[in-house]
Amino acid sequence: MRDVAVIGIGLTKFGELWEKSFRDLITEAGIKAIEDAGISGREIDGIYVGSMSAGRFVGQEHVGALVADSAGLIGVPSTRVESACASGGLAFRQAYLAVASGMHDMVVVGGVEKMTDVVSAEATNTLATAADQEWESFFGVTFPALYALIATRHMHEYGTTREQLAQVAVKNHANGVLNPNAHFKRKITLEDVLNSSPVAYPLRLLDCSPVSDGAAAVILCPLKDAKKYTDKIVKIRASGQASDTLALYSREDICTFKSTVLASKMAYKQAKIRSKDVDVAEVHDCFTIAEILAIEDLGFFRKGEGGKAVEEGLTEMDGTIPVNTSGGLKAKGHPVGATGVAQIAEIVMQLRGEADKRQVKDAEIGLTHNIGGSGASCVVHILEVV
Amino acid sequence: MASHYHLVSKFWREIPHRYNLIGTRCGECKTVYFPPRNVCPKCRRSSIGKMKEYKLKGKGKIYSYTIVHVAPEAFEDEIPYIIAIVKLDEGPMVTSQIVDCNLDEVKIGMPVEMAFRKIQEDGDTGAIYYGYKFRPIKR
Repeated sequence: MRDVAVIGIGLTKFGELWEKSFRDLITEAGIKAIEDAGISGREIDGIYVGSMSAGRFVGQEHVGALVADSAGLIGVPSTRVESACASGGLAFRQAYLAVASGMHDMVVVGGVEKMTDVVSAEATNTLATAADQEWESFFGVTFPALYALIATRHMHEYGTTREQLAQVAVKNHANGVLNPNAHFKRKITLEDVLNSSPVAYPLRLLDCSPVSDGAAAVILCPLKDAKKYTDKIVKIRASGQASDTLALYSREDICTFKSTVLASKMAYKQAKIRSKDVDVAEVHDCFTIAEILAIEDLGFFRKGEGGKAVEEGLTEMDGTIPVNTSGGLKAKGHPVGATGVAQIAEIVMQLRGEADKRQVKDAEIGLTHNIGGSGASCVVHILEVV
Repeated sequence: MASHYHLVSKFWREIPHRYNLIGTRCGECKTVYFPPRNVCPKCRRSSIGKMKEYKLKGKGKIYSYTIVHVAPEAFEDEIPYIIAIVKLDEGPMVTSQIVDCNLDEVKIGMPVEMAFRKIQEDGDTGAIYYGYKFRPIKR
């Protein structure tokens, strides 16, 4: 296995981008990443694309070939990767493995979702396909309802409060204000969250990440070649992945995502670090309760103490472990296939010291955490500036 | 989701499970599964050919719950409705609507039993799909 570096990143704005198509978005992100890496594009010998459901969102499958075509990379092998909301993170992992193995020398990883070409009910139904269609959705279970079931149980077992959930959204919106690409660039208060319309008790509208359009791309090459292109080399220290039961009810404990525990264990072992060595993290906050679960299951805080940690500000920009400096899925937006790749881009910016107003001081090691469905898939990456 | 482009086989093949709570039990470790599994995740290969049908009694307790306020079209007429994960007496958990229960009465630990109900319908002219919901056990 060769060491692999990230040498370029590109992001579109996230939001309701009526004027931009699926192919506009991914091409824009890819071109920005190629420019950022300072390569011509001819060096690229592999493409991986994360997209959850182009088939339902824009009526287009076969998007691996589509992306190679629209990016002007005709002839280059192109693979589409699907793992629900973890599609982007998993595409990145596949690209990492392809370069680490020696099979490819310069790979572009894209993540994209164009979600606003369908009415919002259809977008919601499409997202719900990440749940078990036969034994959850059939009975009227919505996707927010699954996370609401987790929240109710977490509050029951650990005394997590409604206010602590809300504080996750307040923090992430405050961070989103500082991110020029974020879907939402406005601060919200605890009262805003607590008074927003109910979606699935105890979750309210402002506990939920939005439906967004957007794309992200990054360029990978062997670490030994990286200094040809950049002085600020970010190395991939580790990649972890795990699965769990598709449906929530099949698990003995719904307050822990076993996939997060296993994927992060795998990553910490490969990187030879512990959770306390992480300086900055982007975690999967599709709902506020998901961030609380993530910071516990990644080992930043003990099980049951995530809510308290958020309340005490330990995950804020100047806290002990800054979480979701980008605004997270909540404020930055959640174009599902793009999310995992955008998390990598944010961490690369942090490690290069290019995160501007949301820069975490002296960040050297960063972690990304991308979840599919209600925890059935998890991908964790650890990056380090060298 | 039910819709006009699904053929009915998708639904009738699940009738035993959705109407009568028929799951499976592993002949090796005796663990009961619902919905049915073809392979026991604990015993794996040694469970092959030994997964037998097993009828659950349909009684259990609420493990967690939510109240759905924003629902897909097929369930819009029912909002707000309760969804719960129910831990059945035989061990497995199941996700279901809770009916015949006021929204402010539902709580973790509440004893419930299965009720046979209409779940959804395929438009005004298509098939009607039935299955289980759960209701509080009246003392």
